[in-house]
Amino acid sequence: MLKILKYSFYDLIRSRWSYVYLAFYLLLGFVLLFLNNDLSKAVITLMNVIIILVPLIGTIFGVMYYYNSKEFTELLLAQPIKRSSIFIGQYLGVALSLVMSLVLGLGIPFVLYGLFESSAIWDFSLLLVTGAMLTLIFTALAFNIALYNENKIKGFSYAILLWLFLAVIYDGLFLLSLIIFETYPLDKFTLIATVFNPIDLSRILILLKLDISALLGYTGAIFNQFFGTSLGLMSALGMLTLWVILPVWNIKRKAQKKDF
Amino acid sequence: MIKIENLHKKYGKNKILTGVDLEIPEKGIFAILGPNGSGKTTMIKSILGMVVPEKGKIFIDGKATHPNGLYRKDLDYLPQIANFPGNLGVKELIKMIKDLRGTKANEEELIQLFGLTPYLDKKLSNLSGGTKQKVNLVLAFMFDSPIIILDEPTSGLDPVAMLNLKRLIAKEKAKGKTILVTSHIMSFVEEISDEIVFLLEGKIYFKGTIQELREKTGEVDLEHAIANILTENNA
Repeated sequence: MLKILKYSFYDLIRSRWSYVYLAFYLLLGFVLLFLNNDLSKAVITLMNVIIILVPLIGTIFGVMYYYNSKEFTELLLAQPIKRSSIFIGQYLGVALSLVMSLVLGLGIPFVLYGLFESSAIWDFSLLLVTGAMLTLIFTALAFNIALYNENKIKGFSYAILLWLFLAVIYDGLFLLSLIIFETYPLDKFTLIATVFNPIDLSRILILLKLDISALLGYTGAIFNQFFGTSLGLMSALGMLTLWVILPVWNIKRKAQKKDF
Repeated sequence: MIKIENLHKKYGKNKILTGVDLEIPEKGIFAILGPNGSGKTTMIKSILGMVVPEKGKIFIDGKATHPNGLYRKDLDYLPQIANFPGNLGVKELIKMIKDLRGTKANEEELIQLFGLTPYLDKKLSNLSGGTKQKVNLVLAFMFDSPIIILDEPTSGLDPVAMLNLKRLIAKEKAKGKTILVTSHIMSFVEEISDEIVFLLEGKIYFKGTIQELREKTGEVDLEHAIANILTENNA
C-alpha cells in the first residue's frame, strides 16, 4: 500500500493543480493577515472559507483523480497487489497531498506573522486539524461515488450535488424545520441533525474552541449546554473520525466486489 | 496448471459465462477462441481475479485463488487494450511496475527486441497504438512467471513485431511455461498453439488439438472449421 501511496502522491505533487491550490491558500493567508492585522480574527474568517472550500476541493480532486487514474488502476489490478491496498493507497495519496497543500499554504503565512508567540496557536491548529479531517472525509466520499458510478459525468454530478447538499441545502432544510416545528422541543433533533453533517460538525467544533458559540446561535448553544466545552470538542472530533472511517471502510468493501 | 470449475458470471442480466469447466495442463500454448462477446476476456479476467465470478472456483497449481490476489506473482498478463497512465514516460512505467512487483526483470532484452529504445523517455499518451502495444508486451514478458496470459497480443503490431512476438512466445514455451492466448487471427493461432479451447454461449464447446477440430468439422482450414461451428450453431 505504501508504494501505491508513494506513486499517487508523487503523481499529484507533479500536477499543476496542487500548486494552484497551495498558491491559493498562501495568498488567502497573507491577504487575511494583511487586512485583519489580528491573528484570532483571521482565524475566524479562515474558518468560514475552509469549511466551504475544503470539502469542495476534496470532492472534486477525489472524483477527478479516481477517473483519471483508471488506466493506472487497471494496470495495478493485474499485479500481485491487494485490491484494498490499491484503492486505499490512491485515496491516501490524494487526501494527504491536499492536506499538505492546506497545512503549508496556511501555515507559512501564519508562522511568518508570528503564530508561535500568539495565543491563537491552538485555535489555528484546531482549524488545520478540522481542515485535514474535512479533506479526508470528502475525498473518501468522492471515491465512494466514483466507485459506484462508471459514468464520469454522473459521478461528477453526484459528487458536486453531495457537496452542495452538505454545504448549503442541509443548513437550509435544517433552519426550515426549526421554524416549522418551533413549538416542539428541538434540542435532541438539533444535536442529531448536526452530527449527520460533517461540515456543520466542523463549524461547531471550531466555534466551541473559539468560545464564541453564542454567535452560532441555537446549535452551538445546545452543543455547549449538552457537552460542556471540552467534552463537546472530544465528541465532535470523535464523530468526525467516524465520518472518515465509515467511507474509507466502504471503499475497501466496494473495491473488493467490483469487476474491472 | 490452471483448473476452472463451474464458473458463472453475468453483468446485470447479461449472462456471459454459464458453467465453464476447464483444465489446462502445464506446459504448452493454449488458444482460447470464440466469437465476439463469448466471454474470453471475462474468463481470463476471472483467472486473474480482476472479475469476481458469481459461482465457481479457480485453482492455480492446485491452490484455489485467493481474493487478495497475491497469487498473481506467478502470472504475467497482457491486457487487450493497452491503457497506461498518460503522464508517465515509458522508462518510468517499466521502473514502477518492477518496483511494485519487487522481482527481477529482463526488460532490456525486450526493449531491444521491439526497438523501443527511442521511445523510452516519451510520454505514454504520445505513443501510437502499435508502440503502446509493444510497451504492453514488454511489461507482460519481462517477468519470468510460469504462466503467461495474452489477450489479443497481435493487435496493432507491424509484421516485424509480429515475427518477434511469435519468436518470443516460442522461446517462453521452450522454457516450459503455460501460455494462454486469445486471438481472432486464425493463421496466428494455427501457427503457435498446441491446443484450442472454443468458448460458445458461455460454455466450453470444444477442447482439443487443431487436428481434432478439423476432423470434427470436416474442414481442412482452421478458419473455415471455426466458421462451420458458428454457422451450425446459428442455424
